[in-house]
Amino acid sequence: MTGVRVLVGTRKGAFVLTADGKRDRWDISGPHFAGWEIYHLNGSPADPSRLYASQSSSWFGQLIQRSNDGGRTWEPVGNQFQYDGVPGTHLWYDGTPHPWEFARVWHLAPSLTDPDTVYAGVEDAALFRSIDGGQEWLELPGLRDHGSAPSWQPGAGGMCLHTIILDPTDPGRIFAAISAAGVFRTDDAGKTWRPINRGLRSAGIPDADAEVGHCVHRLAMHPSRPGVLFMQKHWDVMRSDDAGESWQEVSGDLPTDFGFTIDVHAHEPDTIYVVPIKSDSEHYPPDGKLRVYRSRTGGNEWEALTNGLPQRDCYVNVLRDAMAVDSLDSCGVYFGTTGGQVYASADAGDTWAPIVRDLPPVLSVEVQTLS
Amino acid sequence: MIRVVLPAHLRTLAHVDGEVKLDVEGQATQRVVLDALEARYPMLRGTIRDHATQQRRAFVRFFACEQDLSHELPDAPLPDAVATGAEPLLVVGAMAGG
Repeated sequence: MTGVRVLVGTRKGAFVLTADGKRDRWDISGPHFAGWEIYHLNGSPADPSRLYASQSSSWFGQLIQRSNDGGRTWEPVGNQFQYDGVPGTHLWYDGTPHPWEFARVWHLAPSLTDPDTVYAGVEDAALFRSIDGGQEWLELPGLRDHGSAPSWQPGAGGMCLHTIILDPTDPGRIFAAISAAGVFRTDDAGKTWRPINRGLRSAGIPDADAEVGHCVHRLAMHPSRPGVLFMQKHWDVMRSDDAGESWQEVSGDLPTDFGFTIDVHAHEPDTIYVVPIKSDSEHYPPDGKLRVYRSRTGGNEWEALTNGLPQRDCYVNVLRDAMAVDSLDSCGVYFGTTGGQVYASADAGDTWAPIVRDLPPVLSVEVQTLS
Repeated sequence: MIRVVLPAHLRTLAHVDGEVKLDVEGQATQRVVLDALEARYPMLRGTIRDHATQQRRAFVRFFACEQDLSHELPDAPLPDAVATGAEPLLVVGAMAGG
């Protein structure tokens, strides 16, 4: 029987939400790891029963949990994230050198083909990989060894590597995004990296179109078209048709082009979703109306999706890792809010309903489509 | 026999209820006790002290016999009452909200 499993990371634990293909009745499991920050959970595309979770706290540091049964039971695996060599410095908020310090794992990206291989994007920004199911983590130091790294600066949330996209057609190609350095790409499985930020313009840095220094919030790719990338930048929604070699703005008629998350419809590579957010400082939806915006043209032309979403007095945020899509015939779209709601649409965004309303602040949402 | 009281989150992580009781060889020090603790409960590695530097995590404190031992050297002897098991070594998460 087909169904979906929604993996929700929150400030105070993890939750696993499951439903059959109709997606109208939900079973809620959790909190797992109660009281801990769960920045991200993710499942292996090669084995949906294999899940990984990033569990952390300011008191007790980083843990990685692994499940082999779809989230019913978990076991802690390796949690040593040691930078390769002498880590050196990046720039602090005030522009002075600051030592590279591990804080937490923001994002986990299991291999597309091997359940035991998983990538971890961490703060301070670096990419780690485990090839033994999370027991041992080794840095892919080529990224942090890039010549621009000493000039990288943190975004407001820290200097995090928050997005990892593995190219389904090219095992050597990985995209990684860092706040606030920008997007980097490797074509040799992580040995060497180069920034791919041409076309980005950011008003908050000394050189608006610098090679690095852009606060990229999120990237999204449709697996059938890995050369096309979509980006929600701090400001601006961007698109690349050449695997990041160049970017064009596609914010179009959005009410505000600030936001955190972006995703692509499972079956329509030019249908994309964003959640516009009022900023620079407010970080809640404009006019108190929670609206997902959908473009069916790969950007520029957007429509507000409001059916079932609060259209008054709503002041939550939707964070960068908190939207996902399933791949059932009628594409499901999911997102979580800092107010603890997880909304789902089983009709590609036309109508929405909350799965749960009162979780801790949601940090991440992933979806597994089960067959 | 050394008695160790862990904070609630670490008791959950290690699947223990109440105090942990450890037998250690030689003089009881913070290092010796934490080595024994982590040997029995490997999932605690990195949660109390850093993997590489072995330094106490900033928000973790060590108390015993109504004293704050957090800033004692790792190889300093623990109080006799801890070494004999009369008093527990308390591993405490520093107080803060959230």
